[in-house]
Amino acid sequence: MHEQAPDEQALRGLIADVRTGKLSRRTFINRMIALGLTAPLATQMLVYSGVAHAQATPSDYKPTKRGGGGPLKTLWWQGATLLNPHFAVGTKDQDGCRIFYEPLASWDPDGALYPVLAAEIPDLENGGLSKDGKSVTWKLKQGVQWHDGKPFTAADVVFNWEYAKDPGTAATTIGSYSGIKVEKVDDHTVRVLFDKPTPFWADAFVGVRGMIIPKHLYADYTGGKSRDAPANLKPVGTGPYRFVDFKPGDMVRGELNPNYHMPNRPHFDTIEMKGGGDAISAARAVLQTGEFDYAWNLQVEDELLLRLEKGGKGRTDMSPGGNIEHIQLNSTDPWTEVEGERSSLKTKHPTLSDKAVREALALLVDRQSVQDHIYGRTGIATGNFVNNPQKFVSKNTKWEFNIDKANKILDDGGWKRGADGIREKDGKKLKFVYQTSINTPRQKNQAIVKQACQKAGIDVELKSVTASVFFSSDVANPDTYPHFYCDIQMYTTTMTQPDPETFLLQFVSWEVATKENKWQGRNITRWTSKEADDAFKASQAELDPVKRAAYLIKINDLACNDHAVIPVVYRPRVQAINNKLQARGSGWDSDFWNLQDWYKDA
Amino acid sequence: MDGSTLVSPSAEVIAPQRPARPFSPWLEAWRRFRRHRLALASTVVLLLMILAIALGPFVWKVAINDIDFAARMQTPSWSHPLGTDDLGQDLLARMLYGGRISLAVGLSAMFVAMTLGTVIGATAGMSRGWVGPALIWLTDLFLSLPALPLLQLVIYLFRDSLKAAFGLEGGVFVMIVVVIGGLRWMPVARLVRAQFLSLREKEFVEAARALGASKLRQVVRHILPNALGPVLVAATIDVAAAIIAESTLSFLGLGFPPDIPTWGRILYDAKDYLDIAPHWALFPGAAIFLTVLTINFIGDGLRDALDPRKVM
Amino acid sequence: MGRYLLRRLLIAIPSLLGISVILFTVLALAPGDPFGELATNPAVPPEVREALRVKFGLDDPIAIRYFRWIAAMVHGDWGFSFASRIDVDTLILQRLPATLFVIGSAQLLALLIAIPVGVLAARKPYSIFDQISSTLAFVGFSLPTFFTGLLFILVFSVQLDWLPFVYRDVYETGWRWYWENFRQAIMPICVLGLFQAASMTRYVRSAVLDVIRLDYVTTARAKGLGERVVIVKHVVRNALIPVVTLVALQMPAIFGGAIVTEQIFRIPGIGSLLISAILANDTPVIMAVTFVFACLVVLFNLIADVLYGWLDPRITLG
Repeated sequence: MHEQAPDEQALRGLIADVRTGKLSRRTFINRMIALGLTAPLATQMLVYSGVAHAQATPSDYKPTKRGGGGPLKTLWWQGATLLNPHFAVGTKDQDGCRIFYEPLASWDPDGALYPVLAAEIPDLENGGLSKDGKSVTWKLKQGVQWHDGKPFTAADVVFNWEYAKDPGTAATTIGSYSGIKVEKVDDHTVRVLFDKPTPFWADAFVGVRGMIIPKHLYADYTGGKSRDAPANLKPVGTGPYRFVDFKPGDMVRGELNPNYHMPNRPHFDTIEMKGGGDAISAARAVLQTGEFDYAWNLQVEDELLLRLEKGGKGRTDMSPGGNIEHIQLNSTDPWTEVEGERSSLKTKHPTLSDKAVREALALLVDRQSVQDHIYGRTGIATGNFVNNPQKFVSKNTKWEFNIDKANKILDDGGWKRGADGIREKDGKKLKFVYQTSINTPRQKNQAIVKQACQKAGIDVELKSVTASVFFSSDVANPDTYPHFYCDIQMYTTTMTQPDPETFLLQFVSWEVATKENKWQGRNITRWTSKEADDAFKASQAELDPVKRAAYLIKINDLACNDHAVIPVVYRPRVQAINNKLQARGSGWDSDFWNLQDWYKDA
Repeated sequence: MDGSTLVSPSAEVIAPQRPARPFSPWLEAWRRFRRHRLALASTVVLLLMILAIALGPFVWKVAINDIDFAARMQTPSWSHPLGTDDLGQDLLARMLYGGRISLAVGLSAMFVAMTLGTVIGATAGMSRGWVGPALIWLTDLFLSLPALPLLQLVIYLFRDSLKAAFGLEGGVFVMIVVVIGGLRWMPVARLVRAQFLSLREKEFVEAARALGASKLRQVVRHILPNALGPVLVAATIDVAAAIIAESTLSFLGLGFPPDIPTWGRILYDAKDYLDIAPHWALFPGAAIFLTVLTINFIGDGLRDALDPRKVM
Repeated sequence: MGRYLLRRLLIAIPSLLGISVILFTVLALAPGDPFGELATNPAVPPEVREALRVKFGLDDPIAIRYFRWIAAMVHGDWGFSFASRIDVDTLILQRLPATLFVIGSAQLLALLIAIPVGVLAARKPYSIFDQISSTLAFVGFSLPTFFTGLLFILVFSVQLDWLPFVYRDVYETGWRWYWENFRQAIMPICVLGLFQAASMTRYVRSAVLDVIRLDYVTTARAKGLGERVVIVKHVVRNALIPVVTLVALQMPAIFGGAIVTEQIFRIPGIGSLLISAILANDTPVIMAVTFVFACLVVLFNLIADVLYGWLDPRITLG
């Protein structure tokens, strides 16, 4: 975008400096942090600009021999329910799989690629990336063995593509494999081909959707037969630990793989991933009693975490990601039924369609208090929908909490207080139903918003829906979030890739959730804008990473400044780690992204 | 409840003796009830609790949802007699407000469960035809139904129509009472049936039958009073269970809106702060305990009062 | 008696079929979607969800799905879990040992406390012992297990550091295996057992109290029989009818598990399997667990009826 030109110029200068060696990679990244411009796509910017993709930070792995570390006990408050990475439904399943299976490369916490089964990360210099952005060539590590002793080769990689893209397999990873072609170049080289220039190429075979299953055990079980594969329950992978036992929803157990392909790894003799319970007691077991070494995804009030940390057995660790807790304002009328559908695109919301009302509501969300008193370190107040990677974070939005200003805006907008203290205009009252899923921090957040609204003459009725219903795709149930049969709702959208493209589909007109598409569209607010549509289409065709980022930022700005959504806090992933355990989470990959490097100080 | 602490249980129970009085079974029952000191004291305590939650909000005018981050998790003080919760909301106000719902839900759901259970159990216990097995089948069915999906179905099917018929809170109230009562009557039915099977063959019932007492009379006058023991126990247990179940329901989105502080809800919210703010859990826990205690003693007193064989 | 049993067992079959129809209908109509979690994942295209729905026959009419289920059940096929993509019976069998051990022990503990305490309390109503045991019982069932469980954890795991609070698979061998399994089961057994004991004590007390006042007990006493004999032979036997009813009501729970307690201590029991299946809308698992549960309910009801006849020969069941 033109208004972004100065930034673009500055960036190009910096990239040139890195290329000529005037500026180190690390300084470049740090500079970008200062500019508000860094992380995974930033490293890809360097790649496309002809700067070698440095190996991700070399790990400071200390142990000098394999094994001897005793047991590693980890706690997930939802246990893994299956162990085939192509069927994985949630991160719990992906994490369970990641103990045994590995991708070609992982995303490290800074969003850089870290080679696992790949010999090196493809870039322009090593010929891994083509200039036209239409192919990627991966060189595979030699001498890698499956747990049953068979060699790992390019045929396995190609097979995973065939397996996942087959709709009959019903793989949850299909989205990463269906639009591409994969070919074997030689036994240890594969090439991924795209139809059109693809700016974000590191999707297939990378991270949580890139784990590779062995061809020799799955070849007979593709398509409709996929559910009968014995290996679904007894995984045979290449990872640092071999399979021992699995009880769905309860625990996964593994033991050291003596033939692992990285030297002196792994450190632990056995690994246990125990599931079940709740997040608070999981944190307690690591931080306070030390019964366990690691606990996953602690969606807990920070105050509780801080108190548990005083137990002295462990620490909490935050990995930044892009998950955003936000409030959606319905653009359509949820109380009028049109052709068997409420919140239909054919309607306008009677009061929320007035921008003054939306603006007032945005002023009434006390984000700072929500951060200070509920989420703490685990939820940072923000005015943006896209909060990470930094390269995509807009500087053009702002937020404040100001009841007086909200009152003034409503007064000016002609919304007068009635006898009951509730504002109204033309017989329409400012009364809203505000729904969210059942989750203690969310209910507190609702209470904070409701109280501020009361002071501004807006009546809010709180509604909470059990998560299993709210987050379901049940066409018949009006309480699911895609139906959005109420005025205001709040939840977290997770950002699974270090790139906001799919994430921003939530603001394009062709993705509106309607009865016609069985509410499967991703645009839930029903907010549409031609400008946003155009910017999105332009970004898809743009190979220049800087220009592309500018288009994506524009979509964020349009949605936030028009108050289609009110971002509240963005939520890094939080984990509890035993004080002796050396491990680091990544907000862009499985918690086990570098499990082979985990070790305990003696 | 704060009101309850004012009462000294023994002080209230002075049974005035009135030597000459006209005889009536109800007066007689009342006389017997009054003699049961704990029952009388419990009645007074329960009435005081009801009075406190009915009138309390008019005296203690702090709003239940007044968030004050400066006063988070404070221990009891003059400005917050029961302390505050983690959003700095006044616990006294919340306890008073929530008490209305908790007590109403607890008592009504208990009555629903007891009535259903007694009627079904008694009918099954007296029947010698197909009605008995049919009712027992119904009991087994309800015992087997998994509560959670059933509740989700109920809320999904009936919430909007109930809301339309009884208003927001009224609709939720009716639904909760029906749901809790409707899912807790089965043990009572089984217990009552078992008592009936045994009692209907006892000599005194046979005597009544021989004297030509109708079936209804046999049940109401002779069998039921002797089968009430387990019912009264179940009643006290169910009051507690209903108050707690209400809070569980609100976690399923079936209960009252999340900002309505019922006792069970306050207790649930408080549990994770048990080690830093024990007062937060103490008051709702004590309130539920006191309710259970009083209901139990009132039940004991009632049974003694209605049981003519008991010599007092 | 034999004919009566046979007839009851024969009646049980249609009544279980009836229950299964209603269970199936409730589950089919209840809101929720087994592939809901996929819906919130922007990387999974809607077609995959559709393909899965078709694959598992979710879009067929309820009646067809029911007949498919019952036909498979008759052949010993319990179904296939949507969430774990494995057979339901495998899932249930994995969960059974922990459930039987923990919940079974808790029920046993409850009985071991409730019967003696209840009888002793009823023998001398309003004595000090009765007052104390009653008060403790009221505290016991006024406090939900989510609360007492946490209290136990705070005291015994956090403060005293005596017991672990995460129930896990024990891999130690020999006597250590027994010791570790016992140690981690203490808290859940106590929390659940005491909660059950609290209400059961009240029932036992009331049952004994009812009988103790009846004429024949007075007669037995008047005949000069020893107090011990009176209590054991005459009182307890008759008071056992409500107790048998209660135990029969509780027995199916040994299979069904205890959702809250299992959740707090992370016990891999049937209760936690059921709740996660319900939350994931994994209907085949829910259906299998509840149907087995229903069979146990009916079975124990039948056993209770037989025991009534034995305890009180005058009881006739038509």
